[in-house]
Amino acid sequence: MRRRIQKLVVYAILLAGAALFMLPLVWMISTGLKPLDQTMSMPPVWLPYRLYAEREGGTVEVKRRRSIEYDAVEIVVSESGERTVAPAGEIADGRWTPPAGEAVAVRVARRIPATTDDPWCVVNPVGGAETDWFAVRVSALRKKVSPRWENFGNAIKAMKYFPTYLKNTLILCFLTVVGTVFSSAMAAYGFSRIDWRGRNKVFVLALATMMVPFPVVMVPLYCLFRWLGWIGTLRPLWVGTFFAGAFNVFLLRQFFMTIPKDLSDAARVDGCSEFRIFWQIILPLSRPALMVVGLFQFMHTWNDFLGPLIYLTDQKDFTLALGLQFFQSQHGGTEWHYLMAASSLVAVPIIVLFFFTQKTFIEGISMTGLKG
Amino acid sequence: MTRGEKQKLRVGLMFISPWIVGFLGFTLYPVLASIFYSFCDYDVLTSPVWVGALNYRDMFTDAIFWKSLYNTVFFAAIALPLGLVASLSVAILLNQSVRGRSVFRAVYFLPSLVPLVAGAMIWLWILNGNFGLLNHGLKMIGISKPPQWLTDPNWTKPAIILMAVWGVGHSMVIYLAALQDVPRSLYESADLDGASAWTKLIHVTLPMISPVIYFNLIMGIIGSLQVFARPYVMLGRTGGVNRSALFYAVYLYQNAFEYRQMGYACAMAWVLFVLILMLTWLATRSTRRLIYYAGD
Repeated sequence: MRRRIQKLVVYAILLAGAALFMLPLVWMISTGLKPLDQTMSMPPVWLPYRLYAEREGGTVEVKRRRSIEYDAVEIVVSESGERTVAPAGEIADGRWTPPAGEAVAVRVARRIPATTDDPWCVVNPVGGAETDWFAVRVSALRKKVSPRWENFGNAIKAMKYFPTYLKNTLILCFLTVVGTVFSSAMAAYGFSRIDWRGRNKVFVLALATMMVPFPVVMVPLYCLFRWLGWIGTLRPLWVGTFFAGAFNVFLLRQFFMTIPKDLSDAARVDGCSEFRIFWQIILPLSRPALMVVGLFQFMHTWNDFLGPLIYLTDQKDFTLALGLQFFQSQHGGTEWHYLMAASSLVAVPIIVLFFFTQKTFIEGISMTGLKG
Repeated sequence: MTRGEKQKLRVGLMFISPWIVGFLGFTLYPVLASIFYSFCDYDVLTSPVWVGALNYRDMFTDAIFWKSLYNTVFFAAIALPLGLVASLSVAILLNQSVRGRSVFRAVYFLPSLVPLVAGAMIWLWILNGNFGLLNHGLKMIGISKPPQWLTDPNWTKPAIILMAVWGVGHSMVIYLAALQDVPRSLYESADLDGASAWTKLIHVTLPMISPVIYFNLIMGIIGSLQVFARPYVMLGRTGGVNRSALFYAVYLYQNAFEYRQMGYACAMAWVLFVLILMLTWLATRSTRRLIYYAGD
């Protein structure tokens, strides 16, 4: 019995925590699928919907609605044929006197008495004129869940250069992944599978470089790239990855060390060149580790914000992360549905990638965390 | 050196040549240049002018520098322990024999994958003072005047901390992997001695994974002192009202690329480096006795 209660408590905590962790993501997607007015309605709307009302035997979609707490009348303006709803107090002797404006001749179509049980509201239908209002019981409104997928298209249009951002990001991802995997694997091979004098001392030096925080080298690197004329191009963001970062070298070295030495020795006896051993024996055997390095680099490039912020100057060179921030700084604070749709477009590919490569991800993280 | 040794040295150096070039060009040179610039007045456009330790002296009297340092340390001092407790507790709970472990793990892990900029957008929206989901929730549980997270200087740092805690899934995965490596036999013998769940946690689990906790702690210190994207995106480069969430790295960036005080920015970077080294040393010293290495 006690065990079962314990178990229940564990599940309850885990479920509550999981709900809290997922909530922001669910909220992002939900908001991204709403029309603007539903983003700011209180209480919050979770499932974007459309409202429908019956009108003269047909069904019309509601664009706007207001509640009424007073006696009202549905009227038809005699001259224009315009239909609307007005407080009963503004109607006298077949004439309607709006708060601002002249009295006009109207015909009363229907009286709407104020009531608290089964109350009325007035609605303005989609496709009708701005002034076209009619009364309907709140309970007669029908709600249909209806995500606004068009928000994504509109957000992309509002961001203007979205396709260019995506293209830049993908180019950078490709180049940095190729650069990192290839150069780190080469260096890791040199640090693990060939026994040369001073190897371990140099390797310690390589490890020591991991200590240097980015801000220390940030300014000189900027000056270096500026001197090369690379500011405002993508080059500062990928060229460096072709020169083996210490962390990845370390990771791959640990992996290469676990491959039996005899394998290389046998190949050497057969007259294999060192590069062929690297390329045809060690690399194929290290696929899991290479995948981890490549995947992490992809993520890093996709997410990186500081790098693009420093080096990119023209909007047409921006990456998705920087483009999203730029969009927010221009349109932020009002168009939450577009901002959330755009954020989803940046976040969802990574989430999808995770679901396809979950094993590599989890193993990679455990690897980096446990062997560090 | 024999011929074979020479040959090996040549091939070895060839293989590590990408790293050598990277080390010289992207680490050694920038580090040396950074030291030099930190003693200079330098705006990139004109050549650096040697000013001695002026940049370092200026820091002492720069109130904004101290504020950014305070904000950053405040953030780290709360976000790190909070994140540690959160991720470790989830990992320990998941390490019980629960069904659907991999689903839970994925759910807790996902937020840490969300690109920082996109995450910042989500939290901007959730923390919105008028229409934000969080304040709506707080009102529902009876807090009639929930904080204006992003405009009240008392609440901007907690807002950033909250967001950081949301992203602890990464360390949770590491802890879970470490927990699963703890030999079952240790728990079995503890059971034979009649140890309670709490005793097992304190005397078996935590000591066994202490190296991993230590490693995460160090990485956490290094990372949280350099927090940049979240506060920058959420509160702008000035750090919000009264610079209440101006973080060290953001102020450093501002000095370098807005005020073009490259020398001052480099000096700040070196102070940060020294601070990181000091804290790492301190953490290492103070936890040395608490960490158990199975190999020793």
